[in-house]
Amino acid sequence: MSISSLQAFLRTEALPHFWCAGCGNGIVLGALVRAFVRLELDPTRVVVVTGIGCWGKADDYLLTHAFHVTHGRALAFATGIKVVRPDLTVLALMGDGDGATIGGNHLIHAARRNVDVTAVVVNNQNYGMTGGQYSATTPAESCTSTSPYGNPEDALDICALADAAGANYVARSTVYHVRQLENFICEAITKKGFSLVEAASICPTHYGRNNRLGTPTEMLRRLREQAVPLARGEVGGDRIVIGRLVEREREDFNARYEAVRRRAVEGGRLG
Amino acid sequence: MRGKVRFMQGNEAIAEGAFYAGARFFAGYPITPSSEIAEIASRRLLKLGGYYLQMEDELASLAAVIGASLCGVKAFTATSGPGFSLMQENLGVAIMAEVPCVVINVQRSGPSTGLATRPAQADVMQARWGTHGDHAIIALSPASVQECFELTVRAFNFAERFRTPVILLADEIVGHMRERVVLPEAGELEVLERKRPRVPPEEYLPYQPDVDGVPPMSDFGSPYVFHATGSMHDERGLPNNSPENARRVIRRLHDKIYNHRDELTLTRGFAMEEAEYLVIAFGATARAARKALRLARERGVRVGLLQLQTLWPFPEEVVEGAAGRVRGLIVAEMNLGQIVHEVRRVVGWDRPVVSVAKSDGEGITPDEILAGLEAF
Ligand code: SF4
Repeated sequence: MSISSLQAFLRTEALPHFWCAGCGNGIVLGALVRAFVRLELDPTRVVVVTGIGCWGKADDYLLTHAFHVTHGRALAFATGIKVVRPDLTVLALMGDGDGATIGGNHLIHAARRNVDVTAVVVNNQNYGMTGGQYSATTPAESCTSTSPYGNPEDALDICALADAAGANYVARSTVYHVRQLENFICEAITKKGFSLVEAASICPTHYGRNNRLGTPTEMLRRLREQAVPLARGEVGGDRIVIGRLVEREREDFNARYEAVRRRAVEGGRLG
Repeated sequence: MRGKVRFMQGNEAIAEGAFYAGARFFAGYPITPSSEIAEIASRRLLKLGGYYLQMEDELASLAAVIGASLCGVKAFTATSGPGFSLMQENLGVAIMAEVPCVVINVQRSGPSTGLATRPAQADVMQARWGTHGDHAIIALSPASVQECFELTVRAFNFAERFRTPVILLADEIVGHMRERVVLPEAGELEVLERKRPRVPPEEYLPYQPDVDGVPPMSDFGSPYVFHATGSMHDERGLPNNSPENARRVIRRLHDKIYNHRDELTLTRGFAMEEAEYLVIAFGATARAARKALRLARERGVRVGLLQLQTLWPFPEEVVEGAAGRVRGLIVAEMNLGQIVHEVRRVVGWDRPVVSVAKSDGEGITPDEILAGLEAF
């Protein structure tokens, strides 16, 4: 893959990026841009919607159409875009706080509605941008800037939520498993209907420091150890199950809507 | 006006006005007393080649509307108090990202769930200041079914013209009443479209304003690739947090509306020529005021009415001019006094201004307005 092909999507003049040294966000951005190139997408026909948080800054580095919106609502904006322009590739880039905590309701309903949008959720297990407070995916007992004596809440499994709500495609990888992450993003974009890729990531600046997890390299090594391929069937503890978790063939929202429209125009039910 | 004479409800006329203006996308969440608008949209938009989306809440509803509008599709939503409160968040996005859209608020009595089926005009200040931060807003208020139709068309025109959200502040009385309406033929009322880029795609900057302060707008999916954002930004739509840039952007977003107040000010005058006293009212209350005018005349008192169709930006010059010719003013509104403060600000605190304010879920009667005269 040539540098120039990446440059069709990457706003190189905006680099160096704003993320901390050792942050996982740059790895996900790289995987995303390589996925765009591999799928031979046309940047004028891609819309990236980003929410608020460190990962929500990703659009600053992209040369596609982009919309930087409110905290938690990216999927709702993306829904409006995709419904009227089904021919465009629409993605929502969100963190765990953005996409699964404040935006949890929109995630449920985007998956249920099966609108053909791809969510790329970077899960760094805390609110990085605001200083490392606990989010809905912070593991129980771990320390953050608002759980200095341990988090009293259990963590949410984002992928299980998307599955339960009916997403057509759900996969999880990590920022250690870069090639797999890139492959999953490609598959998710190609898949019709709602798709979600969770990238288990690291926030050395806050989560890592608050829980004494060491250098970014040590955190990546830990991620590799925690990650268990789905086929192995191991769950629980601090394991992160990676792999293609859900593949369904439900008709997407636009297809359903056009079927309803045909009925309306032909004078069917409720005419 | 030529066109079809129909007998319809205010909410129905609002929906028809939206379709006439070219709206082809509605996203909303059911709420009394605005649900008829959603129901009509769900039926009609399918056949008009448009889209109806029922979202999970009002946050998502306005978000979807803004997303659709960024693709070049005129879009709107309809709600009432509790939903309007939730929409304040993304109303700010539409202001900052400069995305045309129309938000219908058929006002009911609050606060909170309040009196869900009863009228009020108590969201006037929320419409002005509900979303956080310095901003300008356009809000219109219809007093009849005919005005429901016509002001909805105007709302879309203002939204497109100024690349901004516009609020239609209806009330439960006007929304649910039925009366005669003349639906104009296509082409009879002006329908405006947003300005389009006139430069080649590689030169296009989504936030570079023309002299009128309004930047031309491209569509997502067109060769004019652009960044839209609710964060502080430069003309490319990329982050720029410098004080100079912030000052320029916030000032421009304000001025593009306030420098065009003459275009935006819509009012109607009734019996104002020889009036000794002037009633200022809007929405359903303006109807009671018209009756009050007649009753006063029978009693030999000359009272005029200034009906405000535009609430924001507040029609300062018109109010000031009309107030200068009378001995006293009555401001009637279904709340504990909101627009009256604007009137007092404009005419000066030394002028006699009586507030007829009512907030109990009932409309203001002509007699209650007349009783205000006794204060003079
Ligand atoms: S605070 Fe954490 S998530 Fe944010 S950029 Fe720094 S390392 Fe990354």
